[in-house]
Amino acid sequence: MANVKRSPWLLHYDGSSCNGCDIEVLACTTPVYDVERFGVVNTGDPFHADIFLITGGINSQNKEVVEQIYSQMPSPKVVVAVGTCACTGGVFKECYNILGGVDTVIPVDIYVPGCAARPESIIDGVVKAVALFQEKADAMDSKK
Amino acid sequence: MTTKIIFIVAYLILAPFIGGLLDGIDRKISARMQGRKGPSVFQPFFDVAKLFNKEVLLVNKAQAFLVLSYLGFIMFTGALLYSGADLLLCFFTLTTAALFLVLASCSTSSPFSSIGSQRELLQMMAYEPMVILTAIGFYYATGSFKASNIVAGNMSAIVYLPGIFVGFVFILTIKMRKSPFDLSASHHPHQEIVKGITTELSGGLLAITDIAEWYENVFLLSIVGMFLINTSVVSIVAAVAVVIVVYFLEILIDNTSARMRWDKVLKLAWSVTIIAGGINLVVLQVLKSLI
Repeated sequence: MANVKRSPWLLHYDGSSCNGCDIEVLACTTPVYDVERFGVVNTGDPFHADIFLITGGINSQNKEVVEQIYSQMPSPKVVVAVGTCACTGGVFKECYNILGGVDTVIPVDIYVPGCAARPESIIDGVVKAVALFQEKADAMDSKK
Repeated sequence: MTTKIIFIVAYLILAPFIGGLLDGIDRKISARMQGRKGPSVFQPFFDVAKLFNKEVLLVNKAQAFLVLSYLGFIMFTGALLYSGADLLLCFFTLTTAALFLVLASCSTSSPFSSIGSQRELLQMMAYEPMVILTAIGFYYATGSFKASNIVAGNMSAIVYLPGIFVGFVFILTIKMRKSPFDLSASHHPHQEIVKGITTELSGGLLAITDIAEWYENVFLLSIVGMFLINTSVVSIVAAVAVVIVVYFLEILIDNTSARMRWDKVLKLAWSVTIIAGGINLVVLQVLKSLI
């Protein structure tokens, strides 16, 4: 079994977030929280990403973007919805242009609640995502 | 002959380990410079192992062939150097290898990849004159282009070539894709060109470009070492020390500078080439004609 959990690369996408969660996601890479010590790289490229981190709800404009990014990520891949809006649509849920949480367009594996989600809970979500990433890689391995 | 084969095999086996470890040390030191704990020094190996376990999304049929050719030519370049072959030949195969990477990224339709490959060509334009001057400098200093003769002199080449050495270390920053010259493949935090030249490479193909870069870095640092190495054993120790200092300097420059525009890179690289390299060669020529 290959050990993939030591190198999870993140792709961060801002849906219709108010930027609160985005700032907290970026805070994770600062010296205080330093997620790079787990081998996490904040990549901007879906082709390189393992974990898809989405903040904010899905609206009718970014629906296709999220679907496209998801389809461009090579498997195994894990999706993490960060913040209340990404989980359910949050306070914007009833807006005319909001479709709802991320799970309305792509399958979400990990939900990180909070408004805004704190860096500690984001890191906790990422650590859970990493364990799932390893599980998925093992499942892919045994299929071969 | 047997020693040559031992050298080539040792390079082909050890270079990825040394290159990967250097990359890991780079990331650790960079993190410490930024006040972070940083990943393990073996992180690059974890990354590559993971990438080989990911699905490979091929954008087109040519991509895999071109990336493998890139790795092949890089390995060939190092093997040539360690077999003591002609330095000019080494540099030409190195350029060929770099062109395969450019072709691999040009072959896709991604705008980020295209920008990356065009910037890579501009970078090649910036550093290539200095690379050629380095080979010529070695010839002036030692009377031979052959790597085996260059390291067999009584005097270290750096005594004759201090300017060329400075110029070569300067273009090393471009070659190693370090800031301020990381135009073609941005490091992860700055993402306006996503990942530039490697944007459209996924899984194993990206891992292969990483391994090729490790081979390339070891090759380039070997050239830095060649400036020092002569017949005495002390010179080899000195060469290793200088290589470590140069590598640390690259990390320091990487962490303390912002990315430049391509025209500045070109002007700066050519100025250094002409001033450091050119004057060195002229002085050497004048001294030779006097003696």
